[in-house]
Amino acid sequence: MLTEQEILEIEQELKHFPTRRSGCIEALKVVQSHRGWISDESILDIAHLLGMTPAELDQVATFYNLIFRQPVGKHVILVCDSVCCWLTGQETILDYLKKKLGIEPGQTTSDGLFTLLPTVCLGHCDQAPVMMLDGEVIGNLTKQKIDEVLDKLQTYDGTSVDS
Amino acid sequence: MEPVLTRNIAKNKATTYIEAYEANGGYNALRKALKMAPSDIVKLVSDAKLRGRGGAGFPTGVKWSAMLPIEQSGLPRYLVCNFDEMEPGTFKDRFLVEGDPHQLIEGILIASYACQINVCYIFVRDEYRRAQDILRRAIAEASDRGYLGDNILGSEWGLDLHLHISAGRYMCGEETGLLNALEGKPANPRSKPPYPQTSGLWGRPTVVQNVETLSCLPHIVERGAEWFISLGKAKDSGTKIYGVSGKVKKPGCWELPMGTTMREIVEEHAGGMRDGYEFRAALPGGASTQFLDESMADLPLDFETLKEYGMFLGTGNAIILDDKTCPVAMSRNLQTFYARESCGWCTPCREGLPWLEQIIDSLERGEGKPDDVELLMDMAGYIGPNTYCAFALGAVQPLVSAINLFREDFERHIKLGKCPYQNLS
Repeated sequence: MLTEQEILEIEQELKHFPTRRSGCIEALKVVQSHRGWISDESILDIAHLLGMTPAELDQVATFYNLIFRQPVGKHVILVCDSVCCWLTGQETILDYLKKKLGIEPGQTTSDGLFTLLPTVCLGHCDQAPVMMLDGEVIGNLTKQKIDEVLDKLQTYDGTSVDS
Repeated sequence: MEPVLTRNIAKNKATTYIEAYEANGGYNALRKALKMAPSDIVKLVSDAKLRGRGGAGFPTGVKWSAMLPIEQSGLPRYLVCNFDEMEPGTFKDRFLVEGDPHQLIEGILIASYACQINVCYIFVRDEYRRAQDILRRAIAEASDRGYLGDNILGSEWGLDLHLHISAGRYMCGEETGLLNALEGKPANPRSKPPYPQTSGLWGRPTVVQNVETLSCLPHIVERGAEWFISLGKAKDSGTKIYGVSGKVKKPGCWELPMGTTMREIVEEHAGGMRDGYEFRAALPGGASTQFLDESMADLPLDFETLKEYGMFLGTGNAIILDDKTCPVAMSRNLQTFYARESCGWCTPCREGLPWLEQIIDSLERGEGKPDDVELLMDMAGYIGPNTYCAFALGAVQPLVSAINLFREDFERHIKLGKCPYQNLS
């Protein structure tokens, strides 16, 4: 079941479009912003709200890189693996993150705190190599900078990183 | 050079909001435009020889002239500002919007008035969070001052402006894929014709323009076509936001006269190569362009000049290949990107690109076979031109040009049975 708040936010977005189904990406994002990911149940509920078939909506949900159809961790790390970051040491950065978190790209740490995902060019190539942590772009990455960023997270909300 | 698109963009990259924008003459071009007939603005932009800065370099005036007349279509008519900017190596539009969002909004207003459009969507990629916040504030400011909504500045004409935040896919930058994405569908390409100017968003007349293109418009309206043409150094008019990334000392982007050379951009603006590295080649305008090497470093980089060499300017944001990076490995990285981002609509792209990726991967790992280079060239020839949109062509262009320029490197991988660049960079 969608919450009243979710429905309210979705209806607000739909005002910008001439047809209800046009706002389905917005609707998916609203639900994902509340729940972290899009479950099968959410697909059914959103499709019903917008007058689409669940298959039509799932085709959209699975097409876009940033709609998550599986649960993700509390913090999502997107690591750019496109050419400018690759040229400036992305492989070393990704290896370090894998080792620090103890997971492969596409996986979530067993405590449910971190999901590590490869992503296409983040459009900050002047700061390569780059990653995005919970929506914030972090550039000119080094091992030390990764330690600092993840350690700061630990101070703020008690999230701990196994290293 | 006198800054034009960057005149309100401070060195520290702080955003210019409404007070400072107006104090520097902002929205005067809109006032001037509203006193002109829409058709005169279309003619002015044609005379200025403005070309689309998203990569294809299509003449903006020609695009606008193809709009179905409003007498035939009625309303709504749409403008879509393409701010998806997912071309690897490209960050110029973000630079423009984060620095001077009202310049874009004023450009949107002028384009919409000229094409008699009443609704505009700015299509922004999800990852540009800072730019989204800046645009939200700037749109609210413009609405408060009567630049958006009904009866703009007392005229009969009005414009609604909305932000659409994408959910991430490279194909959204393609004109018709973007329209499908806005309609809430997967970003698959559409067959053309009909062109968007006749049947675009929800079947209505639609113009799609890049951020940088729209940002040129206030200046053209204010200072005229002749002045805009005089800004270019070679065959195209205006300025260009060129950029550089890779192993250079100062990666970044700069506004320079259209037609500036790769040598000047890399040596004077990007501070030259990092110590210990030499320039070997560049993809001049994002991943989907062809490599140009040292022998072409003094060529004016504009749409028309590169076209004579069978090349494309693309976004004008260059990616540099240095002498210690393996061109085969770099090609593998590019093909992985394309194979993953193909939308899957056309068989040659969906099936062909992963095959190219596998062959290059085996070459890079030292498991290539003697005929592999020819096989890559053959397949690229079959994949490139046989699809609905230019994605596949963009995917094979860097590969074909890499083989043409660095064939020896590809063949050495096969002969040696390993990558000769291992542990170099």
